[in-house]
Amino acid sequence: MAKMSIDDLKQIKEKTAKETSLREGMANIKITVHMGTCGIAAGARDVMNALMDEMAQTDRQDIRVVASGCMGMCSSEPNVTVEKEGEEPIVYQHMTANKMRQVFRRHVLEGEVQTDFALAKM
Amino acid sequence: MKELSLHILDVAENGISAGADRIEIEVIEDREQNRLQLVIADNGRGIPRDQIDRAMDPFYTSRTTRRVGMGLSLLNAAARQCDGHMWIESDVGKGTRIVAEFVHDHIDRAPLGDMAGTMISLIMGTPTVDFEYRHEVDGSEFVLSTREVKAASGGRQITDPEVFQYIMETLRTGEKRLTEGG
Repeated sequence: MAKMSIDDLKQIKEKTAKETSLREGMANIKITVHMGTCGIAAGARDVMNALMDEMAQTDRQDIRVVASGCMGMCSSEPNVTVEKEGEEPIVYQHMTANKMRQVFRRHVLEGEVQTDFALAKM
Repeated sequence: MKELSLHILDVAENGISAGADRIEIEVIEDREQNRLQLVIADNGRGIPRDQIDRAMDPFYTSRTTRRVGMGLSLLNAAARQCDGHMWIESDVGKGTRIVAEFVHDHIDRAPLGDMAGTMISLIMGTPTVDFEYRHEVDGSEFVLSTREVKAASGGRQITDPEVFQYIMETLRTGEKRLTEGG
């Protein structure tokens, strides 16, 4: 990716103001990376960074990423929960950067739950 | 935790859980003084006076999802194992400031690690919180303020793809330049 400067940001500013906050309004897929002490120690930061790299490569405006705390299932960390509107939330366990990429591409984008990595339906 | 930057991520997440909407993170490396200082300050609800001492006890937590609270006790242990120390300044209703000091070249000091990764996780994980980040190495510094980024992009959301690509790129190149001395 080409390097961006603060001037590029100012150009972004000049694009239609209508686009602003569309993402918030339209989000119907939520990906939660659990980042308690347990999750962080187990590698949640790498998972989150891999997810952000994937997010940067897609134009999808309907996906929201959030960090949250510990769910109380520390031994299965890093945990990631994928919630799609109208579907049961899926909790993934023992996530890594590569598993996160696979879950993002197959489950989030294409709708195919990655049962091998899943801990539970909620 | 293998890296000090993971402790920073963890302690900053505490601030977010405490309702903060602004978090300042400062890393100061001074090799001449042989010192490394971390500061994580939030404007969350603060820690009541009677709980400050207990905050460093791993068997104390105010949470309800599990019975132990490791975050601050782990950072305290990481500082003490290399002749450093950690302290907590907190005012109820105003916020909390955690300061940890390390001997820079101590053999048992964990490496700082991936600060860009920590900041990306924090900023993207909670785009509603403003982050002020400053990393100083022997007088050179790298600074990133999400508030300034938002203002420069005309109030766009942090989650806007172009804005977060800018933030990721800025953090990764900024940190790389600073730590490689380029």
